[in-house]
Amino acid sequence: MTVHGLTLDIVQMVLVTIVAAATPLMIAALGELVAERAGVLNLGVEGMMVLGAAAGFAVAVETGSTFVGAVAGAGAGLALSALFGLLTVVLSANQVASGLAMTILGLGLSGLVGASYVGLKRDPAPHLALPGLTDLPGLGRLLFGQDGFVYLAFALAAGVSWFLWRTRAGLILRAIGDDHTATHALGLQVRRVRFRAVLFGGACAGLAGAYLSLSYTPFWAPAMTAGRGWIALALVVFASWRPFRVLAGALLFGGATVLQLNAQAAGLGLPGQALSALPYLATILALVLLSLGRRRGGSLAPAALGRVFTPHR
Amino acid sequence: MRIDLTPRTGRSALMDALSPILAFLAALVIGGLVVAALGRSPAAAFVTYFMAPLSEVWSLQEVAIKAAPLALIATGLAFCYRANIWNIGAEGQFVVGGLFGGWIGVAAHGIPGDPLWVLPLMLLVGTGAGMVYGLIPALLKVHLGVSEILTSLMLVYVAELLLDYMARGPLRDPAGFNFPQSVTFDDAAHLPYLMEGGTLHAGVALAVAVVVLATLVLGRTLFGFAVRVVGASPRAARFAGFGDARLTLAVFAVSGAAAGLAGISEVAGRIGQLQPSISPGYGFTAIIVAFLGRLSPMGILVAALVIALTTIGGEGAQIDLKLPLDLTRAFQGLLLALVLGADALSRYRVRFVPGATA
Amino acid sequence: MAPVVPPARTEGPTPLFGAYGIVKRFGAFTANDGVDLEIRAGEIHALLGENGAGKSTLMKILYGLLEPTEGVVTHRGDVVRLAHPETARALGIGMVFQHFSLCENLTVAENIALVMPKGLGGRALKARIAAVGTTYGLHLDPDRPVWSLSAGERQRIEIIRCLLQDPKLVILDEPTSVLTPGEAELLFTVLERLRDEGRALLYISHRLDEVRRLCSRATILRGGRVVGACDPRAETARSLAALMVGAQVGAVTAPAGVATGPERLVLSGLTLPAPGLHGTALDGISLSVRGGEIVGLAGIAGNGQAELFDALSGETLAPEPGMVRFDGVESGRLGITARRRGGAGFVPEERNGHGAVPTLSLSANAILSRHATARLSRFGVLRRAAAKALARDVVAAFDVRKAGPDPAAGTLSGGNLQKYLMGREILAEPGILVVNQPTWGVDALAAAHIRQALLDLAARGAAVLVISQDLDELFAITGRIAVLHHGTLSPAAPAAETTREALGLRMGGAAPAEDPVTGAPDHAREAAHAH
Repeated sequence: MTVHGLTLDIVQMVLVTIVAAATPLMIAALGELVAERAGVLNLGVEGMMVLGAAAGFAVAVETGSTFVGAVAGAGAGLALSALFGLLTVVLSANQVASGLAMTILGLGLSGLVGASYVGLKRDPAPHLALPGLTDLPGLGRLLFGQDGFVYLAFALAAGVSWFLWRTRAGLILRAIGDDHTATHALGLQVRRVRFRAVLFGGACAGLAGAYLSLSYTPFWAPAMTAGRGWIALALVVFASWRPFRVLAGALLFGGATVLQLNAQAAGLGLPGQALSALPYLATILALVLLSLGRRRGGSLAPAALGRVFTPHR
Repeated sequence: MRIDLTPRTGRSALMDALSPILAFLAALVIGGLVVAALGRSPAAAFVTYFMAPLSEVWSLQEVAIKAAPLALIATGLAFCYRANIWNIGAEGQFVVGGLFGGWIGVAAHGIPGDPLWVLPLMLLVGTGAGMVYGLIPALLKVHLGVSEILTSLMLVYVAELLLDYMARGPLRDPAGFNFPQSVTFDDAAHLPYLMEGGTLHAGVALAVAVVVLATLVLGRTLFGFAVRVVGASPRAARFAGFGDARLTLAVFAVSGAAAGLAGISEVAGRIGQLQPSISPGYGFTAIIVAFLGRLSPMGILVAALVIALTTIGGEGAQIDLKLPLDLTRAFQGLLLALVLGADALSRYRVRFVPGATA
Repeated sequence: MAPVVPPARTEGPTPLFGAYGIVKRFGAFTANDGVDLEIRAGEIHALLGENGAGKSTLMKILYGLLEPTEGVVTHRGDVVRLAHPETARALGIGMVFQHFSLCENLTVAENIALVMPKGLGGRALKARIAAVGTTYGLHLDPDRPVWSLSAGERQRIEIIRCLLQDPKLVILDEPTSVLTPGEAELLFTVLERLRDEGRALLYISHRLDEVRRLCSRATILRGGRVVGACDPRAETARSLAALMVGAQVGAVTAPAGVATGPERLVLSGLTLPAPGLHGTALDGISLSVRGGEIVGLAGIAGNGQAELFDALSGETLAPEPGMVRFDGVESGRLGITARRRGGAGFVPEERNGHGAVPTLSLSANAILSRHATARLSRFGVLRRAAAKALARDVVAAFDVRKAGPDPAAGTLSGGNLQKYLMGREILAEPGILVVNQPTWGVDALAAAHIRQALLDLAARGAAVLVISQDLDELFAITGRIAVLHHGTLSPAAPAAETTREALGLRMGGAAPAEDPVTGAPDHAREAAHAH
């Protein structure tokens, strides 16, 4: 192998790791983006994600199927988000407090579900292997050698974007997130749309969790999401509620995570804790920079985000 | 089918008091079902969780010691949440309070004669550190419009990593055989015990005092009134001359200080030294306590005792019944969800309209 | 459900739509109490009544937003159940809302697409918007976001949205309340044209002149009941008003002559940027109000009234202290509490959520604006007893009707709460009082009470500034009137020397003196909005 090919392969390896670190953030953030576009702030993403990780891993071990595991992970996130939707959308309970309750509940439930699976290891989700293409030097593994979650994450961004701006249902969803009073007066079904958006967000969070336990690590450890659900929430803000910017933001954060890991391995003079704090500090910094850049022109958030809608009429 | 919510006109005080109790009962039933599903006797679990800790003096003291930081933090959070400001980083403020207050304790190690200024200074520094740390998300919100929810939470991780670094690094006991912990505090840096031979320390009395003080401030002062008005209607608060920026800073300062005080009380009371981790998630559990206590300090005191009881009971259940600790956490999360649901039911009359949509 | 038979009709052909024996209760409150209404094709039917007479409830029932507690709705004689607006739209009922049901951050076309049947979108929809626009003279750029549009343009979206569904019945709720006189004229032309096409129109209003000009039949509601039906063209404004109001309205004492007191409220070149995306910037506003006089500010909603009120009250600070002077004190950089301590009082437009917190008691709401000026707190500690006493005084002095000794502000009716808020400020004997929309949504008796209280306050030497959209009110109580348009203020003219028409032109953005003939208000307004 030539020196040139070697560097190319190293670059590719770093990029592959970045994409892997970014994938759960993308999936969870895209789901939350849809919920927020409908006007619901779901702070339970972390709980839904960790429950999805536990349930996904448990089911995959029991059935021996990564696919069934992934579906179960999404289903677990969806179930928890149904409870969240019942509280916030149907009963008009406070969204912030309800979301926190879901995070605490999800962490507890995931511990129960995953208790007997701690320490087990599975083969990671299979990667795509196209003869000829996957072996292309420099790009093959990056483009043609990922697992299904990664391709799904990118497809999801395209799908969410298409749904929000190219379909009537997406238009209605955006309108409801902009002004629930006006859309209610038009006879649009505010709560039904919001409930579905919440379910979609929950399923995505669960799927993102399943990716962590089925592909990224691949094992189950308690509280293994380590705040990724919260970073996904920050990403939505950072991306100004736009799907493709979520992809870009997630890759940026994936980069920060990989940088931290590599720096630790390389033994830079910094204490490990400082490097571990990097993604969290980067999130704060990103939010600050974003708001600095937006001093003029007002907020881009959906206007009805987080506001309680009570359809007494 | 459609579900209509009509605001109840006459909200009875009875209903208000009953709704968290009903939520608690519902959580008990669901928890019992889960225990049964795990193959244990729900009755035995109930006894272990809720009766056993009340039967002995030492476990009663443990309940009080666990309840004190929860009540302190939740009381501070009540100021924020009443004003519709979402500090969810109390855990970080707790850790920072414990770290910087404890630092004084480490530095004062070995000063002869047990000087009287050490303990007050520790409490002051711990409280101040929590306040300053709490003010970071508040300042970012007020000046840059950054959501306090995300920043306060991110700072929790940062605080935990900072404590971890300090306890393993600069503040580690050099004579401690490389154990990741600081020296044990001198007596002068220890909160005194309330009973001879017991574990109940003065931090518990401190928590009760803060709860009483907070009741007076929220109910009887212009500041407490302003907090309520800002939460109910920001526009009306501006009309009243209660600047929302100043108030945001104030409630974050109050809740950060309360969490910081709780942190240093824990370090100077129960732990007695600095360790890489000083909190089993008090700052997050306190969020449940705050809502369970309906954001009123007295209610919070009761709720803190109940939650502490389940935590101590949960530890007992882990030993006696081999029930996982996560069951307690799931129970607490479920309890908060049910309290919020019950609250909605006490605020609205729910009507099912068959046949209609939306 | 047992089959419901519509009541036997008494006269004439089968109406297009009918509502019979409609009762709608909200808890203990009965909003509609046995209302009958028949609407025929090819007529503009007026639904007249004061605020709170039950017009909105009836209209929501017809549009499927509310279901009646009792009674039936018929379509060509058959009983129909309107459980949902989609059902109503399928029957050919369209609605133009008063508070526009538009999403600010969506475009014109997107807002219209929201209610279109599936499959109509994109280019085809834009073509149809353009077609309807050409037919009726309702021109709109489909790609503009709603927040950038004027009130008149927003109403055009509502109308086009309605017309694209080829409605047989169009319900219009107070359609002229936000329009300039010129925009209103344009609307009337469209409505007459729709009538001539054989459509039915239900025109909800309390503006008698419009109803007499447009409508051939009128149903009058008072207190949720039908109190009369007539041909408004055969009635006088006075006789219609008597039907609508019921009670004799006490006339207010006319204002005194020219005020000669000292200048108490002075604005000099007050300029402020727009507060956010949807606000109006204030541009060089100058005004002086003397002690003993009431000055009125006329203008269409959304021309800077809220921004000016906030700048006067101190909720928004002026860039320079000298831009706002109260009794000679430069107050532009003072907060609202300091301005109150200096003897100023403020009553905002929005009662619930601005002037008062609906969930708090009346005495707590007394603390809200009087904590500094009535010594309701001492060293930061509240004096609850003093607050209760103050609330009692206000209730007694302003005849506030309430249930219980100290009820939540939100339980009071609009008129009673407004009397309370007005009394709360007036009992402080302010030297300067700024009131935004003093009688908006208030019944006639309470309105008369409030206007008299303002006149009495001015007579005691206070400078009173009244911001109002109601020209009748301004002519009744003010000595001078200025017009706020797009963030600029015209010079104040003596009320006795100006006319409704002159004010109307100014409200539309045309200066009547300079440009009396070509001052086509609609175009001028559009030009002013073209930013």
